[in-house]
Amino acid sequence: MTETDVEATATVDARGAACPGPLMDLIGKIRDVESGDVVCLLSDNEQSLTDVREWTEEAGNDLLEVEETDDHYEFYVEKA
Amino acid sequence: MTEHVVVVGGGTGGTVLANDLAERLEPELAAGDVRVTIVTDDPDHVYKPVWLYVPFGQREPADGRRPLTELVDDRVDVRVDRVTGIDTDAQRLESRDGVAPSEYDYLALATGSTLAPDEIPGLAEAGHDFYSESGSETLREELLSFTEGHLVLSVIGTPHMCPAAPLEFVFMADDWFRKRGLREDVDITYTYPIQRVHGNPHIAEWARPRMDDRDIAVETFFNAESVDPDGQTMATMEGNELDYDLLVAIPPHRGIDLIEEAGLGDRGWVDVDKETLEAEAAENVYALGDTADTGVPNAGSVAHYQAGVVGQRLASEIRGRPATATYDGKTLCFIETGMDAASFVEFDYQNPPSPAPPSQKLHWAKLAYNESYWLTARGLL
Repeated sequence: MTETDVEATATVDARGAACPGPLMDLIGKIRDVESGDVVCLLSDNEQSLTDVREWTEEAGNDLLEVEETDDHYEFYVEKA
Repeated sequence: MTEHVVVVGGGTGGTVLANDLAERLEPELAAGDVRVTIVTDDPDHVYKPVWLYVPFGQREPADGRRPLTELVDDRVDVRVDRVTGIDTDAQRLESRDGVAPSEYDYLALATGSTLAPDEIPGLAEAGHDFYSESGSETLREELLSFTEGHLVLSVIGTPHMCPAAPLEFVFMADDWFRKRGLREDVDITYTYPIQRVHGNPHIAEWARPRMDDRDIAVETFFNAESVDPDGQTMATMEGNELDYDLLVAIPPHRGIDLIEEAGLGDRGWVDVDKETLEAEAAENVYALGDTADTGVPNAGSVAHYQAGVVGQRLASEIRGRPATATYDGKTLCFIETGMDAASFVEFDYQNPPSPAPPSQKLHWAKLAYNESYWLTARGLL
């Protein structure tokens, strides 16, 4: 159960995917949404903690929040 | 009662599986207890790795084509038709011409990858590729007349077929232009969507210094958003631009729409158990090769090994025994590092790749395997 107030426009479930699957899934979804939309990425891959942060900074998108649950992370990324 | 196994797709996965079943289920086929049908919309079997060599004038697309009926065991029923609908609850199929079976007891989906350049504005018009017969032929014409300027190889879509091929292409292009005395007039840039030059960190770590040594420029975190064919410029999601004179792109890939319409997975990739290759959303449905969303490379070797697993599991199920065979992620790739040298990697879910030192012997091994591939398709190698 997560406690974030951020509302996602779209969710990508990349749990179970090996690196770099989750980041590629996130990039693919960001392609499809509009500026200002928020994508929630679900990943249980530790590497996503650095991958997602690095890419969102590079691309100028905002990583609004990272939630940690019992078995996965939730990354909320707003498209610039 | 006859159990009917229907294999959809006549590429490596489907063909090897059909032949595997013919061999494995020989007594049941002879007794009429089992039928195996393979459905394909292309009467030819196409061996795609040939296309990498076409732009360099070393192979012809026809070298990668043979009639499927010459490769598939006579005990397998070959139907040339296109499956247009799957009802996994009723275990029924719809097809374009009504030639494919309308029912199945077991279904194996090996429908493979398709190219989707239209997903990137301008790409279809501006970009060349070696991921199709027509693309590789057009690229050959461009490369042969390309004597100076900026060659950009841009990996846009992942997953894509043969993840090593973009690296191979730039290594081969570098060598090819050097041998022709043109390299000083040709700049080569390689772009990749994430922060390294390949999805697999071990292969990326191996390749990057070799690219630097050979003056192959690299752009990472490079995700093309659009291409301007007139201005010969790519714009990225990261806000950058890159000019090119010749663009060789790995376009976005998709599976076929049928998969998503049947509720089996997104973008044409079937959600499967990564070890059993059973579809997660339906009973008695397997997927293999590119079609199976396992996270391993979309490569012929993967389809080949997965076909053996699916064949063994289907035979167990048909014989009323527990299916125990599992796929361990095994992948095998030769990686060309020039026009006459290659490396080799072998890895699985547990063991990462460790690329072999490039050698001429491995290059010849790759070419020899490409020739003997037809034995793999027949289920003999």
